[in-house]
Amino acid sequence: MSQRASIRAALVWAALGVVIAVPLAIAATSPLIAWRQPVYIVAGFAGVVAMALLLLQPLLAGGALPGLPSPRGRRLHGWVGGALVAAVVVHVAGLWLTSPPDVIDALLFASPTPFSAWGVIAMWALFAAALLAALGWRLRIRPRVWRLAHTGLVALAVAGSVVHALLIEGTMGTVSKALLCGAVVLVFVKTVADLRTWTLLRRRRP
Amino acid sequence: MTSLFHPTRRTVLLGGAAAASTALTVGASRLIVPAQAKSVAPTPSMRGGANNYRPGAPVVERIGGGGFLMRGTVLRAGDGAPLAGRRIQIWAHTTEGHERDPHSHGATLTDENGEFRMDMPQIVPAFGQPHGHLAYDAEHDGGGFKTVFLRPVMRSADETTLAANFVLQPA
Repeated sequence: MSQRASIRAALVWAALGVVIAVPLAIAATSPLIAWRQPVYIVAGFAGVVAMALLLLQPLLAGGALPGLPSPRGRRLHGWVGGALVAAVVVHVAGLWLTSPPDVIDALLFASPTPFSAWGVIAMWALFAAALLAALGWRLRIRPRVWRLAHTGLVALAVAGSVVHALLIEGTMGTVSKALLCGAVVLVFVKTVADLRTWTLLRRRRP
Repeated sequence: MTSLFHPTRRTVLLGGAAAASTALTVGASRLIVPAQAKSVAPTPSMRGGANNYRPGAPVVERIGGGGFLMRGTVLRAGDGAPLAGRRIQIWAHTTEGHERDPHSHGATLTDENGEFRMDMPQIVPAFGQPHGHLAYDAEHDGGGFKTVFLRPVMRSADETTLAANFVLQPA
């Protein structure tokens, strides 16, 4: 690795570390935590972790991270995807234990808070994208269709998660939350552009 | 298929003008109706208002240590008369407990002006919003009115008061 490349690698990892660590640190030290029981604290924190993992996923899929080019990055993408699903399950289960009627309302799209519906939409889109990835070749669908479906579901999960997070008054700081959400959208759009996923939408010439 | 009504440019314009003038007249007459004819509409229950409600929570002087004021009025639908002695239950996620804790709940009665006030701990954001819950439960009151659940949201978590008004519909 040349010196220039190693400086670039250090900068990329440092920027990623800051964008992820700052919201996590703010959430971990939020004054709101003093008035919450452990289950609720864990549930809220799992949501923040899920957003951080959502930022990593396109970078791993696209092999954009220094030292993690495509084959290695793709393999890690699968593991981080599993962790992301687990984080969302902990988030929803923890909220359910904290206040069952509020979570039932959210899942039935009967909640008074619009961000709940966005969160539930994002959750189902994420689960569907993960299921598609887990089943993979066993589905016997064309790779082109598979990739468009996976990317489309992830687009919905990203949009839903970002709106969900931005509308919530929670433990993440307003500025750090906006930065993390902005980074998630930017990285997803950049990756789709770099991988030229949209070209799969065009009909192939006979 | 033939139609009996063939709209021309003229009939469309005339019809539009007639509709507009009717709307204006009706709208204007609504602005100048005499005061005694006004009808106060009943308050509908809010989405999620009943979440973590505890039927029959006791009437208390204040909830916990206090410091935050929940207040409001209870009026009768139709004539808007204040309703005295109505039992209102209040609960929220506060600095002293979450919504499901029994000690986060308390009830109070309205005075002769239909007003109620409850000193309670500071409400803090929970489930994404700083909000309170209020209930008028027909089964735990003298009856005569239909049950209503409210879920007002604070404009900012820094506020130290929250208001919620009931207009009850006779059962």
